[in-house]
Amino acid sequence: MKPLLRVAELGKRFGARTAVADVGFDLYAGEVLGIVGESGSGKTTLLRMLSGQLTPDQGRVEFTARDGEQLDLYALPEFRRRLLMRTDWGYVHQQARDGLRLAVSAGANIGERLMAQGDRHYGRIRDEAIDWLQRVEMPAERIDEAPTTFSGGMQQRLQIARNLVTRPRLVFMDEPTASLDVSVQARLLDLLRQLVAELQLAVVLVTHDLAVARLLAHRLLVMKDGRVVEAGLTDQVLDDPQHPYSQLLVSSVLQA
Amino acid sequence: MTTMLRVRNLAKTFTLHPQGGIRLPVLGGVNFEVAAGECLVLAGPSGAGKSTLLRTLYGNYRLQEGSVAIRHGDKMIELGNASPQSILSLRRTTVGYVSQFLRVIPRVATLDLVAEPLRARGVTATEANERAAEWLARLGLPARLWHLPPATFSGGEQQRVNIARSMIAEYPLLLLDEPTASLDADNRRIVVDLMNRARDAGAALVGIFHDADVRAAVGTRSYAVEPLREAA
Ligand SMILES: Nc1ncnc2c1ncn2[C@@H]1O[C@H](COP(=O)(O)OP(=O)(O)OP(=O)(O)O)[C@@H](O)[C@H]1O
Ligand SMILES: [Mg+2]
Repeated sequence: MKPLLRVAELGKRFGARTAVADVGFDLYAGEVLGIVGESGSGKTTLLRMLSGQLTPDQGRVEFTARDGEQLDLYALPEFRRRLLMRTDWGYVHQQARDGLRLAVSAGANIGERLMAQGDRHYGRIRDEAIDWLQRVEMPAERIDEAPTTFSGGMQQRLQIARNLVTRPRLVFMDEPTASLDVSVQARLLDLLRQLVAELQLAVVLVTHDLAVARLLAHRLLVMKDGRVVEAGLTDQVLDDPQHPYSQLLVSSVLQA
Repeated sequence: MTTMLRVRNLAKTFTLHPQGGIRLPVLGGVNFEVAAGECLVLAGPSGAGKSTLLRTLYGNYRLQEGSVAIRHGDKMIELGNASPQSILSLRRTTVGYVSQFLRVIPRVATLDLVAEPLRARGVTATEANERAAEWLARLGLPARLWHLPPATFSGGEQQRVNIARSMIAEYPLLLLDEPTASLDADNRRIVVDLMNRARDAGAALVGIFHDADVRAAVGTRSYAVEPLREAA
């Protein structure tokens, strides 16, 4: 089986500062890869390079398209990269507001990605939107309301629905639960866990919360100063960390 | 008999970096084989490294030195050079691990938790839930608890959920870390009976049992895990 995403020797500098250096990994369909590390360790910069939003100084990101073609992300013309991002990929932002269009209704937020795929059938788009609101456990009757009237947890659900409606095969998530209250977090994590398993999504998940990583990720990369210092199965990294920094990270939390 | 597990010259040393890089040698020169239909009892004093060994066989602790080969279908998989994906595949169909404590997933009902190993193999929700209910009933867990998450259950109740979760999958190799430790005499008998049935049906078991009666009832052989530092 070919990996869905193949990353090699990825690097990025900002001026004199190295933000990400020499990161490489393969990601297969249905796998959730967690990226953990303290703030400033380069997690978000890496995620933005993986998802086509920030051109790396070094290295390659390759994606296997539905027809099996191997696409070199940064060698693609801009419009093809954008099309990938709107259809085959999803990106869940930490702040739901960054991933939603606030001026239009919940239904339009979900429908927009279908339309980007070329769907023009209004009735079908609306049915899909209702279906997805229900799948993320939101009341369907709020379909015509703007996201600004929703709670933080509901906005995050809407952002997830908006991303998943096109049946992407790969979803990037940047601290998807970090902006929510603990009680709301648990429900959202549970929802994510179910959706990921049900849709066989490949996910790259950035989190500083090791409990979230334990719950969702199959594998982990531990980052420090822009480099991967340890990689392995989630339970290996959390229960038998090898690198001094991973050990420090794991021993600094109460229970994960 | 078919060899299910072969361990050669396994050694494990923990290096505690936050404690100034102290090195804790725990296991060394571990050698044994376990065949289908056998139950190998790991014996040894507290702190000898029995749980460490079991976790290493599951791929939970990293294999640093030596070799662990596990029969997966008709192949022997070497843990030392297995990819993360193939370790997960081993865990899906071949190796089960019963830890002393249940790691609960928030909000997930007991029945779903027990059904999960079957669901992961593609069994339908209805069938997986029926089988989960059978196992929970067999282990005497009251039906009123089945739809609750086990976070608030007693130690013995959680342990039975844990056992149901591993037994339901009928793994050819079962690793058991004190599976009866928090059970009363009646429940212990039930679990001993289930382990014996699994073994008689051809599963290979490796277990840590502090209770001498359980050891005598389930074990077919024993392996002494020697404390390293005293020997050195
Ligand atoms: N993840 C770990 N990191 C560092 N040291 C560890 C780790 N896990 C176990 N150890 C150490 O390894 C040694 C053996 O522990 P282990 O739990 O394997 O013993 P045991 O034989 O199972 O004992 P018991 O019968 O009391 O359960 C102990 O000194 C323990 O502190
Ligand atoms: Mg132990």
